[in-house]
Amino acid sequence: MNCSDFLKELTDYLDGTLDERTKSELDEHLAWCHNCFVICNTTRKTIEIYRDSEVYELPEDLRTRLRSAIIKKCAAHKHSKGGASEK
Amino acid sequence: MENIQNSISEPVSEELTLVRAAKAGDIQAFEELVKRYDRNVFRIAQHITQNREDAEDVVQEAFLKAYSNLEQFQEQSKFYTWLVRIAVNEALMKLRRRRPERTVSLDQDVQTEEDSIPREVADWSPNPEQQFTQAELRDVLSKTIQGLPAGFRTVFVLRDVEGLSTEETAQTLGLSVPAVKSRLLRARLQLRERLSKYFKRQADGENER
Repeated sequence: MNCSDFLKELTDYLDGTLDERTKSELDEHLAWCHNCFVICNTTRKTIEIYRDSEVYELPEDLRTRLRSAIIKKCAAHKHSKGGASEK
Repeated sequence: MENIQNSISEPVSEELTLVRAAKAGDIQAFEELVKRYDRNVFRIAQHITQNREDAEDVVQEAFLKAYSNLEQFQEQSKFYTWLVRIAVNEALMKLRRRRPERTVSLDQDVQTEEDSIPREVADWSPNPEQQFTQAELRDVLSKTIQGLPAGFRTVFVLRDVEGLSTEETAQTLGLSVPAVKSRLLRARLQLRERLSKYFKRQADGENER
């Protein structure tokens, strides 16, 4: 396995969806290839940071405002259609 | 190795009860569904549109569209993935309207493989995010993901931020599983490359800003 083979499998490796044999080949490559080791760790960290950092959170006041607008529109729609279950 | 995929594990039967009640015209049941997923829809919309007002519009339009088309919802699939599909379409429409000069397409590879070849191989500091305040970190992450093509950004957000499976992401976006995997790998590698600029270990222990 070379570095380019390793990169191709990186996504499945990080997601834990590889078969045992391929996984152990990748583990072996990581044991001696420092560059791939760093790329693997920093890619994992990239995913974790995006997942955990709440980049775009919905503030509570905006959330309440949006929800009441949605429900109002849905009620108007229901009214005009005579109920959501009827066409 | 630890599996880094997270997922939304709601009891399906309880959710189906709400969906059926909403189908029968119970608006309170639909409001429960809104409360359950409005944060997710907002995050997805803002990641795709990169615009706060557009994201707010997408949240409203997606839920209204879901409500008025509830009869078309097939109960074999999850309500959440059905809703996400509506939201992604609404968000892409907003993006196309805002940037008509740029092609915004999910099924087009707008980059070459070259763009995803790792060049930066310096290791990061042990807890790089702690060297920034919350606001600074959000700014870095937001700027970094904005640089990705919309198709890559969308796959990354659904798969890695919202925790959809590869198959669910493919179904939601109308892409094949290999296409999702290829975009996901390239999105992850490009984000990693760009974040290295901020997070790499410095010789003197001080991060460049």
